[in-house]
Amino acid sequence: MPHRPRTFVAAALVACATVGLAALLSCRSEPPGGTLARLQQRGEITWGADIQGGEPFLWEDPADPSKIVGFEVDIMDALARRLGVKQRFKQYNWSNLVPSLERGDFDIAMNGLEATAERAERILLSRPYFVYAETLAIKKGARYRTLADLAGKRVATLNQTYAHDLLRDAAVEIVLYEGNEEPYLDLENGRVDAVLLDNVIADRYGCNRATVTCLPGDVARGTYVIGIRKNDPELKLAIDAALDAMVADGELERILTKARLWDARQTEPPPPLPALSATRPRSFDGNQVRLFLSATVVTLGLSLGAFLLAVPIGLLLAVARVYGGPLASGAARVYIELFRGTPVLLQLYVIYYGLAPYYAFGPVEAAILGLGLNYGAYEAEVYRGALSAIPRGQSEAARALGLSPWQSLRDVLVPQALRIALPPMTNDFVSLLKDSSLVSAITVIELTKRMTIAGAELRGWLVPGLACAVLYLALSFPLSELARRLERRLSRDQRPLTL
Amino acid sequence: MISVRSLSKRHGTRMVLENVTAEVAKGETIAIVGPSGGGKSTLLRCLNYLESFDGGEIEVAGITLRPGMGSREASTLRQLRTRVGMVFQQFNLFPHLSVLDNITLAPRVVRAKPSADAVRHARELLDRVGLGDRGASFPHELSGGQQQRVAIARALAQEPAVMLFDEPTSALDPEMRDEVMGVVKDLATGGMTMLVVTHEMQFATDIATRVWVIEGGTIAEDGPPAQVVDAPRTAVAREYFGRMKRRRV
Repeated sequence: MPHRPRTFVAAALVACATVGLAALLSCRSEPPGGTLARLQQRGEITWGADIQGGEPFLWEDPADPSKIVGFEVDIMDALARRLGVKQRFKQYNWSNLVPSLERGDFDIAMNGLEATAERAERILLSRPYFVYAETLAIKKGARYRTLADLAGKRVATLNQTYAHDLLRDAAVEIVLYEGNEEPYLDLENGRVDAVLLDNVIADRYGCNRATVTCLPGDVARGTYVIGIRKNDPELKLAIDAALDAMVADGELERILTKARLWDARQTEPPPPLPALSATRPRSFDGNQVRLFLSATVVTLGLSLGAFLLAVPIGLLLAVARVYGGPLASGAARVYIELFRGTPVLLQLYVIYYGLAPYYAFGPVEAAILGLGLNYGAYEAEVYRGALSAIPRGQSEAARALGLSPWQSLRDVLVPQALRIALPPMTNDFVSLLKDSSLVSAITVIELTKRMTIAGAELRGWLVPGLACAVLYLALSFPLSELARRLERRLSRDQRPLTL
Repeated sequence: MISVRSLSKRHGTRMVLENVTAEVAKGETIAIVGPSGGGKSTLLRCLNYLESFDGGEIEVAGITLRPGMGSREASTLRQLRTRVGMVFQQFNLFPHLSVLDNITLAPRVVRAKPSADAVRHARELLDRVGLGDRGASFPHELSGGQQQRVAIARALAQEPAVMLFDEPTSALDPEMRDEVMGVVKDLATGGMTMLVVTHEMQFATDIATRVWVIEGGTIAEDGPPAQVVDAPRTAVAREYFGRMKRRRV
């Protein structure tokens, strides 16, 4: 059995990688407490936030892009002053704020962090510095009035928000976005029926749109708090005391008023900490396995669809480049350079959001189209190389037998080119399988996105990460094996290679 | 069957063919000889328009060829190629197809011949070139001589009126030349109109009805082998045949 050793080596490699990954993930050690004393000695408090959150939280000052402004910057300035230190902002991806805080990358996390029971289990939460309301936005003229009216409809929100928890408990189809603007864009384009988000975001990004209405009445209220590591209780006390003092002497009101955020909610008794969401997953159970498997189907379906599109596009472009006149080959070159030279993420955005006013593709259609058009450019170069590698005598013989250009391509040249192109095509397909994770940017939940959701919800990356890796391998390995067999079958008409 | 009138062709400033005029009657076998670079292959390739030319006119099997024929005359050119078969020095069999598929491809695709008929005809042709048992083989499994015989069968499958051979034995070992030349000879005896670019003196003397000596883009000498090979009139021909004879000794 000649395959035995190879299979064994592959299995051993997978095992090694798995053990290594597990070791890496479990060796995470808690940074020591006593941060308050240390930061006073250092004279500086560092805070993690995501500048992508944008207005009004924090953003780059248009007058001086090296400066960060926003109401949270103002609060941090006041807080630091009261603690007798300076504040320093550290840029982090919003969804990684809590794990990064736990790692000790910064002293506190402050960026529209909602007080939830889940967060309270994991980190210390300061007293609130802002009371927000969950606001339901719908298209003008729609009849929905409450979340209950939206049963079975598509409702948009951001991942890992309190609104996400609320929607999970309602009987709606949740559509997850990464940015503040996109949910409302899709509401306008008719791809979702409603958006549930903080009034802070809704007021700035949604309610001011011509075709959008924000329903009066708060779906729920919640608070923004500062996140502090579990082993820093004295820092939490100091921050709470400083925030209390800011409320007492009116500085907080001044800051929020300046940001046009002050409203009656701020003086009413703050809402209690919401109860633990009943539907939030607690462990990697059968339900999670089902979700992962369906995400795997999405990844495979997307990749197959995109590749089935990329192959004919690539062939067409390659034929135009190799055999076409100056016009056809020039046009093919422009296409290839354009799609190969710009990020696929940008192309997905243009197709999904940019073309929406003219034609609103569904997310899966847009994903297949975007990835297919992009990979078509890569395939084109593979096929061009393969076509050029076929001896000139082949097309001459076809021509001398009376075959038309189309017939010689179909029966003589392309079959030979595809055989040459098969190994790089397999390569591209495996790469496409993984690149397909980019489509989560246009709300498709595929395998990688499922892993990040599960990782956040289950408070751990090890099991979701392993599940994700195993499933990707389960997709790519059989495919490479299939390609290998196909290659062998196709090369039965060739002498074996020797050196 | 073939009529070449004032044919000329340039590569840049160099004249490859210069005012070539010739006639070939049905059933003739022309051996085209001469030094390398003289224009032999180019003349042959102009006859089925694998190469275009710059001046003059060719009439082959009832089809008239002029300079600058392109995609607009595509169907005329395809028709021409079903009437003119070509065999290449490098065989140019399709490596991804079996011997039988190599032969039946053009009849099926170009002339929409039913598959069963094409296969039956292909088997007859394979018998004729002595490879009746190799239909299922792939080209790489055959010797050079066998491949060239398949290539001849492939060209014959279109039932051409004229066959063009471009140095059919030059890429072969001496022992395989005879088997290929045997097939070419059978064709000649069978009455096929043929033009054969070759360096095989024996073929020129024994089989050809006429010999053309091509040098410097023109037909320097044209006549029966007894006259051209044995008693050449021009210096070019004398020198060429002298060299060929010395090599054979």
